[in-house]
Amino acid sequence: MTSLLTAEGLYKSFGKTNALDGAGISIREGEVVAIMGPSGSGKSTLLHCLAGILPPDSGTVTYRGRDLTGMNDGARSELRRTEFGFVFQFGQLVPELTCLENVALPLRLSGMKRRDAERASKEWMARLEVDTVADQRPGETSGGQGQRVAVARALVTSPKVVFADEPTGALDSLNGERVMHLLTTAARETGAAVVLVTHEPRVAAYSDREVVVRDGRSRDVEFVR
Amino acid sequence: MSIGHALLGLLEGGPRHGYDLKRAYDERFGHDRPLHYGQVYSTLSRLLKNGLVSEAGVEAGDGPERKRYAITDAGVTDVERWLGTPEKPEPYLQNTLYAKVVLALLSGRSATEVLDTQRAAHLTTMRELTRRKADGDLADQLICDFALFHLEADLRWLELTAARLDKLAEEMAR
Repeated sequence: MTSLLTAEGLYKSFGKTNALDGAGISIREGEVVAIMGPSGSGKSTLLHCLAGILPPDSGTVTYRGRDLTGMNDGARSELRRTEFGFVFQFGQLVPELTCLENVALPLRLSGMKRRDAERASKEWMARLEVDTVADQRPGETSGGQGQRVAVARALVTSPKVVFADEPTGALDSLNGERVMHLLTTAARETGAAVVLVTHEPRVAAYSDREVVVRDGRSRDVEFVR
Repeated sequence: MSIGHALLGLLEGGPRHGYDLKRAYDERFGHDRPLHYGQVYSTLSRLLKNGLVSEAGVEAGDGPERKRYAITDAGVTDVERWLGTPEKPEPYLQNTLYAKVVLALLSGRSATEVLDTQRAAHLTTMRELTRRKADGDLADQLICDFALFHLEADLRWLELTAARLDKLAEEMAR
């Protein structure tokens, strides 16, 4: 399968700390890849560079043949909005909006009419089993529901890649499993690739393969029988 | 897994014959490892000898063995004792893995490689269990979760050890 998103020779430092020290990764279409590693190993920085949120000091990130590092901010945000979806640990939903409005937000920002955007959002909320909280604000939902609303919002634009940074980090085991099951099932059905940063092996077990980051360097770990 | 106790527990629901017991066992506990008929009958005859089950008539039918077995009072007490006694928490893998890491370091081989190979094998098994969970009923999910949490504990140890390899090598060189 061809590579969808590739990073090569990434270096990134924050002050004197080298967060990335020559990291590289290749994501194929539709696969679920877990990026693992201890705290401070650089796994979140790698995700941020891959997603075009953070520019690396050197190295390249290529998405479908286009060099993200060479793009201007506007083009990069456009790409993030249309091709990528994001799920973070918390704090990603707009507290003033209802859950339905939150899910519809990326579609509205792309210029879709309210009615169409809300219809599509409702379908996704039903798939993520959160249609019952459509009219509530994020603060009125449970942690698990909030995270599933966030997953619905990440998937509503039919992205090619979903970036999930510790998506279950603030949840208990049962809710975490539910989020992972629904996220990976939905991604597999729509053909979206998932780049999943986690330090929890049970969460990583939902992936197709894993990449381990240690001291800013990444390494594909595959088990050959 | 104590097959004798499992069979006794199944008999608490009412008398059954050997084939029926095997089927009930396989359905509940034998996902990977169904019982052999021989195991069922040898276990039953041991339980009979020890007075934990008794013969409860013969069922009409074509099968080779249609003798029915019932659990005795002593059998019920035995099940109760078994359920009330915790299993020995066995650290089963650490010794081997620790030995491999130490030997790799001593021989100048890559201990990281050893740990990563093990980690990949662990995660592969965890993926299989996670998939099985997705297709299974609640009983499957609980059984898989048990294995998953244990494998996760091993993996955490692998990670911690990987993070401490330099220090371990230093201490060993002393």
